[in-house]
Amino acid sequence: MSPLPLTPAPVPARRSAWSRWTALGRFTGLVLVIALFSALAPEAFPTLTNFRTVATQTVIVAIAAMGATLVIISGGIDLSVGSVVALTTVVAALALQAGQPPVLAAALGLASAGLCGLLNGLIITRLRIVPFIATLGMMSLVRGAAKLLAKGETVRPPFSWLEDLMSKTPPRPWMLVSPGVWLMILVATATSIVLARTVFGRRVVAIGSSEATARLCGIPVERIKTLVYALAGALAGLGGLMQFSRLTLGDPTVAVGLELDVIAAVVIGGGSLSGGEGSVMGTLIGAFILQFLRNGCNQVGVDNYVQDMIIGGLIIAAVALDQARRRLSA
Amino acid sequence: MNDPASTVTPLLETRGVRKRFGSTVALDGVDFDVLRGEVHGLIGENGAGKSTLMHVLSGLVPADAGALSLDGAPYRPRSPAQAARRGVVMIHQELRLAPHLTVEANVTLGIESAAAGFLKSRANASMAREALGRLRRGDLPLGRRVGELSIGDRQIVEIARALARRARLIIMDEPTSSLSQADKAGLYDAIRRLTAEGVGVVYISHFLEEVAEVCDRATVLRDGRSVGTRRVADVAAAELIRLMVGRRIEEVFPRSPRPIGEPLLAVAGLAGREAPRGLNLQLRRGEILGLAGLIGAGRTESLRLIFGLEPLAAGTIRLLTAGGQVKQLRRGAAERLRWRVGLLSEDRQREGLALGLSLAENVVLAAPRTVSRLGWLRTGAVRTAGRRWIERLGIRAEGPLAPAARLSGGNQQKVALARLLHTEADVLLLDEPTRGIDIGSKVEIYRLMDAWAAAGKAILFVSSYFPELLGVCDRVGVMRRGECVELRDAAAWDPAALLAAATGPPS
Repeated sequence: MSPLPLTPAPVPARRSAWSRWTALGRFTGLVLVIALFSALAPEAFPTLTNFRTVATQTVIVAIAAMGATLVIISGGIDLSVGSVVALTTVVAALALQAGQPPVLAAALGLASAGLCGLLNGLIITRLRIVPFIATLGMMSLVRGAAKLLAKGETVRPPFSWLEDLMSKTPPRPWMLVSPGVWLMILVATATSIVLARTVFGRRVVAIGSSEATARLCGIPVERIKTLVYALAGALAGLGGLMQFSRLTLGDPTVAVGLELDVIAAVVIGGGSLSGGEGSVMGTLIGAFILQFLRNGCNQVGVDNYVQDMIIGGLIIAAVALDQARRRLSA
Repeated sequence: MNDPASTVTPLLETRGVRKRFGSTVALDGVDFDVLRGEVHGLIGENGAGKSTLMHVLSGLVPADAGALSLDGAPYRPRSPAQAARRGVVMIHQELRLAPHLTVEANVTLGIESAAAGFLKSRANASMAREALGRLRRGDLPLGRRVGELSIGDRQIVEIARALARRARLIIMDEPTSSLSQADKAGLYDAIRRLTAEGVGVVYISHFLEEVAEVCDRATVLRDGRSVGTRRVADVAAAELIRLMVGRRIEEVFPRSPRPIGEPLLAVAGLAGREAPRGLNLQLRRGEILGLAGLIGAGRTESLRLIFGLEPLAAGTIRLLTAGGQVKQLRRGAAERLRWRVGLLSEDRQREGLALGLSLAENVVLAAPRTVSRLGWLRTGAVRTAGRRWIERLGIRAEGPLAPAARLSGGNQQKVALARLLHTEADVLLLDEPTRGIDIGSKVEIYRLMDAWAAAGKAILFVSSYFPELLGVCDRVGVMRRGECVELRDAAAWDPAALLAAATGPPS
């Protein structure tokens, strides 16, 4: 063979610098948002009480977004999140109303949400319907089921400790923040470990990155996808329990459009809808950026319509920035 | 590479393998065998049955009849995973890697070592390091994302993945189709390491020089049948070609008298974002001008700049229009098409064709006005156009409405060419028009190019395959690092000189 005077060019070490820069960039974005509103509303915004409030408000979106992070990394999408949250509040409230203990009510709510997720997964993998359509159908189906169960009304259960989970001040002082915030941290940590350290997590990334490769390597693609959607459903259900705790009632019309906030959090956090890309920390920061923006705008007195416009612009800007950086580093 | 001896049990043996898809006979009796430590070339035109045979061997499709054995034991894989468990792994032409995962994760994908579902990172790292080490490529960083590696390094990762699965037989489909010369050397080196360990390699290629260079023996397939196995050292390339097509080599590059006329396209100081960097060219009527060079030399970028697909950083592109005026091109592809400049993309699957559309729809895609009236599509005219080009270019298809995705590579390329001609382009920019297609189709494309040039069109022809450049072109320019470093009459070049000009003086 020809001994050409050629050696493979050394590839510059780019990866680590690049990923550090993206994580840092997102964090900087969060700090900027906080700094901006602290300057605009120095009395009301940068206070412990307000930060606690924001953290509590973020819980629902953030927990549901952990599931959505998995789904989006696997190359899919879940539009049924809001409906699943509503169903969970209804199921839990009905169980409490029927005199069941709170633990069982919570378990029933979670199970129904997990079942919805499993159904999503089965429709996608068995009927071979693309995730967008499958979960679009489920969005309507589950919302209808929630309304049917609740007979079209809100369900008012008797008081239980479930309502303490999302209190703005922690039920016991040593907790510092409400239990829901701790739960969010726990779920985020667990999801992060699953993604980085387990075979399952690695396979989720592989499927999103190149499904053909995953198949070729003998990975049970269908089973793993089904599991991802079931998990995402269960996590949406956990978010639903938090929603229930906040409302203290079962409301089949709650959380309409929540899935869009959830997807926005993932995307602002660096998730790519073409799969393979996304991180737990990014999603968490994304959820907080959204919530701080909303809260800050309220404090400053920016009206709701303008808030919506700002958030829309932010989503587009975040993704545009990501792509610009990717082009530069490619 | 080891000397094949007839006394040992072959690693893989096939006898009388047959396979039909509906009414099409894809394999009609294939006998061949691969020895341990042997590189066995598999050559033949597209449609000769190579893909089907590979799919049978790698477990993607079952054979209808015939016997396969691996190490003397019956071998009937029902899935690629099952084939892999028996030690047979295929490296696809389009690499199968997860670009977002690291080198280590890709090598160990699907066979990760884990405890209770948790990855054992040290064990996985050493598994990956060992596999890469066997290819003497321990220099690849395990933690780098595969999407950031060069194509050549990605291929090494895929071979390492096969090794990590204890592959004993590796099937490589056109492994060099997108490799630079340096990466090719790296690949050949890896193949030598494999065979030294007794791994068998089935090497599929359209390039006979490559087969001559890396293979010990080669089996020729024609019309689904194995028509002969030869020791590569004992056989001339002409003999292999004769086996493949039953045609003589002198007929491969047809050349009719082509009077060279006035310049149709003049490019001065052409520069893009990275490449080219100041390209000057004149393309004359009746001429085929070749552009040689390594991958990354800026040839594709030059064509795309000329066609207006990339932003022009500097330079001018001037065209002699059919009306005899000189027109400077400044805008996008639509402007080029209007002035009868056409580009054939190197990426047939993604850019060259709309695979979801029919043959006829593809043909008229760039010239909708030819088949519409006041914005309404005339479907009859679309079909007629499709039928006309099927006839003129000898496209093998069920009819004008056949989906483009279902045509063979060579026929797909003809459809892409038909689209150019349907726009009545006078200046044809052809980027690797014969890549990945069989020799028979290649020869037909050479013949068409010759005929168009003789009819007064001008062709700028980018190719990485030196023999065809030398055989087809009037002049050949060599690009290196974004510049055209040397331009000579084709007769004044030989492959060694082209290679030397393309790689440049050793630094």
